Amino acid sequence: MSSASPPMPDALSVRAHQFENVEQQHEASWLGMWVFLATEVMFFGGMFTGYAFYRSGYPGAFAAGSNRLDVLLGAINTAVLIASSFTMALAVHAAQQGRRRAIVNCLLLTMLLGTVFLGIKSYEYYEKFVEHLVPGWNFSFEAPFERTAEIFFSFYFAMTGMHALHMIIGIVLLAVIALKARRGRFSAEYYTPVELSGLYWHFVDLVWIFLFPLLYLVGRHL
Amino acid sequence: MNGLPREHYLNVDYGIRSWLFTTDHKRIAWLYLLSVTVFFFFGGIFATLIRIELLTPQGDLVQAETYNKFFTMHGVTMVFFFLIPATPAVLGNFLVPMMIGARDLAFPRLNLASWYIFVIGGLFTLAAAAAGGVDTGWTFYTPYSSIYSNTHVALTVVGIFITGFSSILTGLNFIVTIHKMRAPGLTWFRLPLFIWAIYATSIIFILGTPVIAITLLLVGLERLFGLGIFDPARGGDPVLFQHLFWFYSHPAVYIMILPAMGVESELIAAFARKRVFGYEFVAFSSLAIAVIGFLVWGHHMFVAGQSVHAGLIFSLLSFLVAIPSAIKVFNWTATLHRGAISYDAPMLYALGFIGLFTIGGLTGLFLASVGVDVHVHDTYFIIAHFHYIMVGGSIMAYLGGIHFWWPKMTGRIYPEPVARVAALIVFLGFNLTFFPQFVLGYLGMPRRYHAYPPEFQVLNVMSSAGASILAVGYLLPLLYLIWSLRYGRVAGANPWGARGLEWQTPSPPPTHNFDTIPLVTDAAYAYDKEPEEVYEFGKSSHA
Amino acid sequence: MAPRVDALFYFLIAVSLFFGLLIAVLIVYFAVKYRRRPGRERGALIEANIPLEIFWTAVPLGLTMVMFVWGATIFFDESEPPVGSIDVAVVGRQWMWKIQHPEGRREIDELHVPVGRPVKLTMISEDVIHDFFVPEFRIKKDVLPGRYTTAWFQATKAGEYRVFCSQYCGAQHSGMLARVVAMEPADYQQWLGGGLTGTPAEGGRNLFQRLGCATCHKSDGTGQGPSLVGLFGKTVKLEGGKTVVADAAYIRESILDPRAKVVAGYKPIMPLFKGLVSEEGILQIIAFIQSLGGEESAAAR
Repeated sequence: MSSASPPMPDALSVRAHQFENVEQQHEASWLGMWVFLATEVMFFGGMFTGYAFYRSGYPGAFAAGSNRLDVLLGAINTAVLIASSFTMALAVHAAQQGRRRAIVNCLLLTMLLGTVFLGIKSYEYYEKFVEHLVPGWNFSFEAPFERTAEIFFSFYFAMTGMHALHMIIGIVLLAVIALKARRGRFSAEYYTPVELSGLYWHFVDLVWIFLFPLLYLVGRHL
Repeated sequence: MNGLPREHYLNVDYGIRSWLFTTDHKRIAWLYLLSVTVFFFFGGIFATLIRIELLTPQGDLVQAETYNKFFTMHGVTMVFFFLIPATPAVLGNFLVPMMIGARDLAFPRLNLASWYIFVIGGLFTLAAAAAGGVDTGWTFYTPYSSIYSNTHVALTVVGIFITGFSSILTGLNFIVTIHKMRAPGLTWFRLPLFIWAIYATSIIFILGTPVIAITLLLVGLERLFGLGIFDPARGGDPVLFQHLFWFYSHPAVYIMILPAMGVESELIAAFARKRVFGYEFVAFSSLAIAVIGFLVWGHHMFVAGQSVHAGLIFSLLSFLVAIPSAIKVFNWTATLHRGAISYDAPMLYALGFIGLFTIGGLTGLFLASVGVDVHVHDTYFIIAHFHYIMVGGSIMAYLGGIHFWWPKMTGRIYPEPVARVAALIVFLGFNLTFFPQFVLGYLGMPRRYHAYPPEFQVLNVMSSAGASILAVGYLLPLLYLIWSLRYGRVAGANPWGARGLEWQTPSPPPTHNFDTIPLVTDAAYAYDKEPEEVYEFGKSSHA
Repeated sequence: MAPRVDALFYFLIAVSLFFGLLIAVLIVYFAVKYRRRPGRERGALIEANIPLEIFWTAVPLGLTMVMFVWGATIFFDESEPPVGSIDVAVVGRQWMWKIQHPEGRREIDELHVPVGRPVKLTMISEDVIHDFFVPEFRIKKDVLPGRYTTAWFQATKAGEYRVFCSQYCGAQHSGMLARVVAMEPADYQQWLGGGLTGTPAEGGRNLFQRLGCATCHKSDGTGQGPSLVGLFGKTVKLEGGKTVVADAAYIRESILDPRAKVVAGYKPIMPLFKGLVSEEGILQIIAFIQSLGGEESAAAR
């Protein structure tokens, strides 16, 4: 593999010293990202397991807790995230074609949608605080689930909180990529960082696609 | 001219910055070596205090609260900050690129970041120790850890949480490097078995570590913000914590032993000058251990109130995970047959490893067997068992590996006679420390006991006496290895006459490991051929 | 139980000794016979031997399956208390064991039992996880907060046996000791007679009155709550179509959190008794409900 033809001159500048050629570097970066996402699956998987365990134990409390969440805001947020995945895909597409301005604009749009998501999420958290639904802080819930609903809300805050943290990291990541794109660090031949941050962004959206029905909709079909 | 190469990775640059900002995997290995050694002796101090306290049945050296902090700090430090990182992060970092003929790991900056993350996590834990310690045991069982303990649980679990990311990123780096950066001709079945072991370990790193991370984070959130996921008063189930905890922490045992097994294969082959018998079986048994290892966590919970059927399934699977380990032991032993065996210090550690690991593994069968486990669970039998694996296995192999590759890392050879004596002292001290604990356990002495009934004293005194011998065995290498940095004999590229790519470059190696990337034409351990027949240099693309 | 555990233990030791010695002897023999010397600078070229690999995979596999089945049968019997056991309630807390006998006598950190009769322990913790461990009887079981666990043993010789807490439970973990006093049946009967404070069922009846349970749970079934006569061990139909077996865990849940599982045909109006009744009190109420008849007590007679 390493005895392949010498790397292209414009690609040489982005090849790190430890790699033999750009192709090897690209493959390594992709594999690295997928391995990282496998780690992320296990990270959220731990919480999903706990959620499944308690939901089968306390179906009533989970349904009642779920009914106190704002489905409309959750649905809007789902739409916002799907839209942001779309603009992210557009950014990657623009990178493939080497359109620098388009990359930056699409990334900015994606970041904006991410921020909107976080804004709505913060408002929801605020609502929960006002309604005394924050576990360990001011929690109170109507009978008969005054005890066990707290577990539902513990999961709600732990899972959406972890997701929001991933969103924040994603937005920072996209900001860095956008800056690099503006400085012309990417070309139609080399845009791996744009692709990989896109992969991450889609993953974080995907987590929400699981969170939304599990948290917001469980009560509705009981 | 002292015979060392003119320029190598240690003398290209001096000064603290050239170390703290290095991306050279070999220098990062040194950073890890330094930090895990500090943690090893830090954890060792607590082990010493534990053994002194247990000299007498009455709890007369320290208060019970203090004793509980001792064994917790000992466990946390040794497990998370020594055993888990030691072999992968020190030897793995140094050797993986060299063994596969690469110039560095795939992501050198990520590698450096992993070390910083490790150190930051370690500082959190040290801060917890300095602030007064933590007393939950390294297992952090809820609800004691989440509600009842009055010590610095949150600080400690945050430290472990952070350190977990160091493991994840290291594993990620190894997996990508092993997949994508092997020298031409170096197919999977030509890889050294150490690489197979590190690969299997990395799988556990990336799939297991995130689970412990989130679990400990939930305990931390429960303490800091009053979340109620493990709180029985709110309907939470403390046993769920145990499931999540052991889902990682049992595979973590294999994180500690798999790289040691990899080192063992290298040592046996090098000092018997022979191919490892049944190479494929040894290689695949590593993967089998990594995979089955994820399915046996429930054997830590036979008496914890899980259902009888769950207990039986976990018992069956636990017996199955013993088989790949047995295969390895038989193959190592068979490798010795018709070898050309020398008794250098690394080989003494390697032979000691087989013996002690065999005892550790066989006593594991006692624990997999539910009927017997009910009796010996949470007694000193368990303590003895896992110290045979962790100390008799992992640390023996780690020390053997450090001695074996020391000439490569430093360019100099340690003093052989004193190293052999140290290896014997470790072996004897270890057995005297931990064998009596098997007996103690079967007689019923529970673990984590500050005071104990007087009939157990004789065995405890034996154990403490062994521990002081063991301490000498561990201090000796510290002294003579440091001594050899300056006064050791110059080693040359391949002092052991070993195969393996790492021996085909000068000691210490140049920063980019190889002047040209070699072409590999035969399997690892081709002792029937000359190295020049196996590795062709100078045919690769650019230098 | 102890002789059976020991028999398996000795079998395991025999297997371990065999393999341990086999490996040790082979290592020493090879290391000496094939030591490096002039004329033996390199090892022979031997790669693998598939039949040999299969042999030393299959033999340990077969042996471990023997161990598995053997250990599993012991575990099965350890998990099933025999019919007719003395049902003793055990409540663990930092750092003591509180024990009540079915005849009423209570004790702390001591458990008197007759020789030759199985004793079943129903255990729960008031705080953290503890573990009831009697080395001589080879039994051990975690004692959990919020959930009952059981263990059983049968003393064969009169005498005193140590009880350890073997699940780390905080500062005085190593001080959480108790002893089992096994007595000849006659002595045990005499001991039971001393310091009688009423049986747990009687205590449970008092609590049942004092907490006002009887107002709704009338024995003729005319109350606002279901009658509890003959309930214990029966299968109960719940609101929503599911069923549940009325065992100790269900009754405990129904006292602390009555609306978690509501019996079909009744309204969820019972108040929560969490904080109003201790774990020992709950165990007494369970004993009282058990004394009102039901599957298990019928079978016990």
